[in-house]
Formats: sequence, structure tokens, C-alpha cells
Amino acid sequence: MIAKREAATMEQRFFGCAARLLCKSEGERKSRPAPLGRTVFWGARIFVLCIGAWFAPTAKAQVTAQRLVESAKEPHNWLMYSGDYSGHRFSALEQINTANASGLVPKWAYQTMAGGKFETTPLVVDGILYATGQDDRAFALDAKSGRPIWQYQRALPADIRPCCGRVNRGLAILGDKVFMGTLDSHVIALDSKTGNVIWDVTAVDYRKGYSFTLAPLVIHNLVIVGISGGEYGISGFIDAYDTATGERKWRFHTVPGPGEAGHETWEGDSWKTGGAPAWITGSYDPATNTTFWTTGNPSPSNRGIGRAGDNLYADTLLALDPDTGKMKWYFQFTKHDEYDYDATQVPVMIDQGEKHLIAQANRNGFFYLIDRTTGKLIFSNPYAKVTWSDSKDANGVPVARKEAAPTPEGNPVCPGAAGATNWMSPTYDPQTQLFYVTAREQCDVISTSPQPFEEGHAYYGSAYFPNDDTAPFWGALRAIDPLTGKLKWEVKHVSPTWSGVLSTAGGLVFSGDAEGNFMALDAATGKILWHFQCGASVYSSPMSFAIDGKQYVAVAAGSALFTFGLP
Amino acid sequence: MKNTARGFSAFANVSSSRIVLRFALGAALTLTATLPRCLRAQDKNPYAGDAKMAKLGEFQFRSNCAFCHGLGARGGGRGPDLTRAQKKHGNGDADMFRTINEGVPGTAMPPNGATQQGVGMTEEEIWQVITYIRSVQAKAPAQSIGNAAHGRELFYGSAACSTCHMIEGKGGRLGPDLTATGSARSTNYLVESVRNPSKRLAQGISEAMKEFSQEYETVKIVTADGTKLMGVVLNEDHFTLQMMDTRELVHSFEKEKLRSIEKSRESLMPVYDQKSLNDKDLQDVVAYLLAVGAQ
Repeated sequence: MIAKREAATMEQRFFGCAARLLCKSEGERKSRPAPLGRTVFWGARIFVLCIGAWFAPTAKAQVTAQRLVESAKEPHNWLMYSGDYSGHRFSALEQINTANASGLVPKWAYQTMAGGKFETTPLVVDGILYATGQDDRAFALDAKSGRPIWQYQRALPADIRPCCGRVNRGLAILGDKVFMGTLDSHVIALDSKTGNVIWDVTAVDYRKGYSFTLAPLVIHNLVIVGISGGEYGISGFIDAYDTATGERKWRFHTVPGPGEAGHETWEGDSWKTGGAPAWITGSYDPATNTTFWTTGNPSPSNRGIGRAGDNLYADTLLALDPDTGKMKWYFQFTKHDEYDYDATQVPVMIDQGEKHLIAQANRNGFFYLIDRTTGKLIFSNPYAKVTWSDSKDANGVPVARKEAAPTPEGNPVCPGAAGATNWMSPTYDPQTQLFYVTAREQCDVISTSPQPFEEGHAYYGSAYFPNDDTAPFWGALRAIDPLTGKLKWEVKHVSPTWSGVLSTAGGLVFSGDAEGNFMALDAATGKILWHFQCGASVYSSPMSFAIDGKQYVAVAAGSALFTFGLP
Repeated sequence: MKNTARGFSAFANVSSSRIVLRFALGAALTLTATLPRCLRAQDKNPYAGDAKMAKLGEFQFRSNCAFCHGLGARGGGRGPDLTRAQKKHGNGDADMFRTINEGVPGTAMPPNGATQQGVGMTEEEIWQVITYIRSVQAKAPAQSIGNAAHGRELFYGSAACSTCHMIEGKGGRLGPDLTATGSARSTNYLVESVRNPSKRLAQGISEAMKEFSQEYETVKIVTADGTKLMGVVLNEDHFTLQMMDTRELVHSFEKEKLRSIEKSRESLMPVYDQKSLNDKDLQDVVAYLLAVGAQ
């Protein structure tokens, strides 16, 4: 390790240089932040110019709340799940680009040796990589060599029953702590230098079917998490904890209780087991101090009988005040959902002139563009095969087709049980101004089952079957113009995949497939420029970082975290 | 929330989930230990004959089992018909409990909790499912209505099944090995597969973590030097194709180097209509498959 003082000097050299070059866009930021695209674009330029002055690979300065807001100033780092608060999953690094991507080589792999899906997106802060793995493990690595610095393994109770794998998608960081939600429904803070537990709080009783799988989001001095468990008839919530102490500061109940607005959208007592988990990381607009979170299915997932009504705030985009948890507005994507169309896709903030928008390619097969100041829908347009809806209401919101509702005997529907996309992250590239998403073309036959509710037991009221008689299911990486919803290009996948997408200032998008390939594509055309066989399906969203002036791209697949770079 | 892959390949987590994990901090846990106490489970179904429990078991069955075994437990393209009195992996309560909880290594039957269909079951819920299966299963082993010995003759003789299919090490390689098929598929599926082979293509390789198994698709390729080959797809990804040609030679190609690839879901297996295999003979062939499968 380089001595602290020396490292600080190096950092000052880099940031001093960056700050001087950034002053133009800084000025613009005073009224309202410049469109993030432009800022990161400048950031990339500045990074390249300053890289010669910066050689410090060691962890030094702490991550402050301000650094999180200004993450565009340090594109060599990846400070949160989606890379920045906008949910873009865009890296401003451009060293790896369309001209040289074909020469990418693996640099190192870190093996968790764990089974099951490896869904993490690592963080990288000043040369140290922080990530999670299956079964609630966490680790810090030297991001250059892949060598572990510390490893944490949670001792999980034997009777946890997370619905969909013993997965975790990553950490959040602030100060000298990294934060993690656990499968037994705790939120914990680990010492970023040792992995020691600093605090550990119980959010809720896991035995009732609750769990955490998402990467938390830090805003100001709070760590924000949403709960999983929509398979168990839970009651969903989003929590904020004091990063210093673990004290809970607020809880937003995603199913309104008696007397609260929206309570009337639930039949009888169905709200008590209404589900509406919030299991994917939100985004945040510092200009308006609003954080955007999305929610999952009403419970039971595939059986609407007994919960007549819209079932707020299931399958909804929520605009919350991060300091209080108070809701500013909401937009519900799927009303009275009977298909398990979770809206748990990272909400992506896009700025277009004076328009401040949120784009989402929803699990229900529609692409939505929403005004993020008001929550009003601008348009919705299918980006994959859709049969559950063939009409829209006066506001342009897709309406369910009654004849497609699940029945005891089974009824075919598109998208099927896993959705047109799922939790894997999309990306927005401010240079191409395109939105890239992994689309799944899979239809299923869904049949209902009048399962009674029992606390802690599965409660989704359904079975589903693949539609055998049709062509095999497939998927595609799709590039969509977010302002029109129109398809720009697609690259077909041999079978539906669970890989997220990264875009970079090098004119590239990175994504994986179910056959284990990790690929670099030309962001403008979709041409595949490079690929690597990981040996197992990619169930994660890639990211990029730089150390010592060298750019890397990382992705988890199988039991390994792979890192690639130029020779 | 179903944030998971729930698809065809029940294999997905099977082998990996059996790995005992040891982490540097010394923590060790077993992924299959979703129900640790079940290893000491009682041998007798506590709910035997309880109609209410059978109903609850039906709900569990729908969520956790029906994807492969069909809505009424009558089997499908993936799992055996469970209404048969004779269960391949044991008829007793304890046998069925073990089969459900631990899966059957080497088959597509995954352990409880790793099916990727639903969230897994508690001990009580497994007994409910067993109660349900008991309530729908036949009272006695079905009388074989075909002549298995004659079926064997047809298989290796005039029906020429063995040109492409192997049973107990004898036969061809182009189609699936049928040694265990009789126990793993419903009778209806077997009949359908002979009469209409293209309706549902058989499944080939299932990769760990991959949701969908490769199917026995037909492929015709022309190599860069003009060589033409026809056969079945063994595996495929975006960049490569592995195939077996009709002479049972295995090839692997980089797709972009081929002059052409033509894939089809028209099975290479001929359609056996009444003329090529009448109902009686088909019954005999099915009887042979069932007899071999039961061994």
C-alpha cells in the first residue's frame, strides 16, 4: 500500500486537474445539473486528460455523499449499483472502444465457489473492488490483481426460503462502510477495510417470507433498501437507515393501510397479504431531491380473485423524498396484475432539453416514458411480444385483456412468467441517446390455484407451463430510442437471457447470454466486436472501472467474477 | 417477486447446489439444507388419506411440480406420469419423500427448493403433495396391454427404431437414448413422439444455470469448402454449433465460417403413421419401452 500522504497527493493531482477542467460544466450545474450525458461526456474527456497525473491504486479518501452525487467526476470508480444515481449504467471511460474492443483479454477471475446465480454488480472505489456473492457473502479485492483483501460470509439461518435463489446483487458504500441487505432480512454495515460488521439491524422477520436481495442505495446519510418476498403474501416496504448507526429513519409501506390513500384499491383484507415488494435498487435526482423506486407484484401473483381493485402500489414507480420517505407521486404500470409483472427494473433518468424523464422497459412488455416531475405518462409502446393487453386507457396506460386472465385450466399469455425483461439492468448511453435492454421472448400458459394464505408459506396461486407448441423461446438485446419507443437495432440471443447491459463512452455496449458468452457490441449498430465464453449463463449486470489509467470491464457468471481489459 | 429463472432446465442448480461451500472465514453451509430436519423425517405419511391435505397438496403440486409432471400429475414432455402405481424411484412414503426432497441425481428431477419452480416446500408441504399423488394414482400397476417382446423385435427389426435410438447400449446415436424414457415420460407422450415426432422435439443437453435445454433440432450446413452435412444439433450458441451428422460423426463449427446453416424443427425422425407402424405394433413398442424403463 502506498503511504496515506503520498496517495492523497496523487489523488489531489488527479482531482485538481479534473476540477479545473470541469469548471465549465460546474457553472452550468448551479441552476440545474447539466444533462448527465454531457457531464459524463466531459468527465470522460477530463479523465483521459488527467489520467497521466494519477497513479494511485489504493483506497484513500472516504466516499462522501457529495462524491456519490458527483460520481461523473470520477469515471474510474463505480460508486453504486447502477454506476450513478441516474440509473444509466453508463461508464464514461473510453479507453476500450470500438477500435480496440476485439483485443480484449481476461485479466483475472475471482471464484466464490458457490452454486446458484451470481447476480452481483461490484463497486470499485480507488482501486478496491467490493462485491457480494451467493449465500450472502461479500468481499473486497484488489481490483487490479483480483486478490482478496477481506471476505465476509453471513451465517444464515437454515430455514430461510428466498423465492428465487440465494442471491445478492451488490453493496452500497459511504464513508468507511459498505452496506448490504441479507437473505434473513437484516441490513448490515461492514467496515470497508476489514469486512468487520459495524452494525446489524433486523428489518423484519425473515420467517414470514421476507428477504433482501438488492444492492442498497445511499442518499445523504441514509442507506435505502427495499424488501423481497412477493411469493409469500408479505406486506412490502422501502426502508431508510442511518448509515452511522443503523437506526431506521423511515419506512414506506408499499401497500397502504386503513385510512391511507390507495387502501381502497384492495378488496377486503387482501391488502394485508398484498405483496408489492421493492427488490431492485432505485435511482435519485439530486436536483429535486427525489428518489425513484419500483415495486413488484401484488400477492398472490397469478390469482386476482379476492383482491379486486388496482392493488396500489404494486407494479408501481414511486417518487419519494429520500429524507422522509414521503411519496411525491406514483405511476402504476400494471393495474390489478395477474401475471407477476413486477415493475422491478431500475428506473432510468433521462434529460432531454427541459424535459426530465424516466424510462422503463417493463417486465410486462411495454416501454414507458414518464415525466419525472409529475409522474405523468408520456407514452407506452411494446418492445416485446405482448398479448395480455390490447388497449389503453385515456391516459395511454395499457389495460389488461380480460380474456387473457389466468384460469384454473390455464391460459396462454405473453410475456410469460419471467417477463419481457426482469431485474437485469438496462443501460442508457448519453452519446448514442439509446436505451438498451435485454428482452425475453417467452410466452407461458398460466393456471391458477386457489392456495390459502399461510404466513411464511408460498402464496402465489398459480402454476405455469411453457407453451410447447410454438417455436423455441428466444431473446434479444434491443436498442430503443427512448423518446419514441422505436426499435433501433436488435441482436438475437439463442435463448432468453438474464444478463444486464452496460454502455461505455468507448461506443460500446456489453452484455451476456444464457449460453455463457460475454460480448462487446458497437453501441451504434449492434455489431458484435468481441466475445468471451464464461462457461456459465450470465445472470448479472456488467460494470467498468479504471486503475492506473487502464480500463477494465467486469461481469459475474457462474461462480466467477471476470475482469477484462486490453492486453 | 419471482426474480428468478423459472424455465425448462430443472438441472440448473442440481450439481452445484450439492457442493459444500467453505469460505475463508470458516463458515460452511450446504445449499441443499433447505430442510435439514427432513433427513430425519418419518417414514409414514402423517396425512395419508386426508382429503383436505390432498387438496392442499394439489396446490403445492401445481406450484412446484406441475411444470414437468403436468397439471393432473399425468406427466408431460418432461416428467413421468405420477398416476402410475409403480414409481421408478420407490413406492413407499419414505421413498417418495426422499425423491421429492433430494431429487434424483442423474435425472432432471431436482432437489426440493432447486426446481426453479416456486419457492420449495416445507416437510409438511411435501407430505401434502404425497397425499395428493396418492389420491390420483392408479390402484394397481397397469396391466401391460402390449407385447413387450414383440415390441423389442420391432424396435431392433422392421420398425428400425434402433437405427437412431439406443436402449441399454445397443442401437444408434442420432436420437435420444430411450433406456429410461419409458419411466420418465407418459404413455401419451411416447405415442405422440412416434406418431408426430416434430410436435415436441426431445431435449438434449441441459447446461448448469441455463434455463432451456437444447432440443433435437435438425440442421443442414454447407461448409466453406462446399461440404454438405445434415444431422441433429447437439448444442449451439451465438458463435458456434455442435452437431452430429447422419453418419454419427460429431462436428463443431464456428458459425461465421460456414457458407450456410439451415435449422429446422422438422424432426429427422420419420413420422410413423398407421401404414408404417399400426396401433397394435405401436402398443407393443410402447410396452417394450415401459418394460425397459421399469427395470
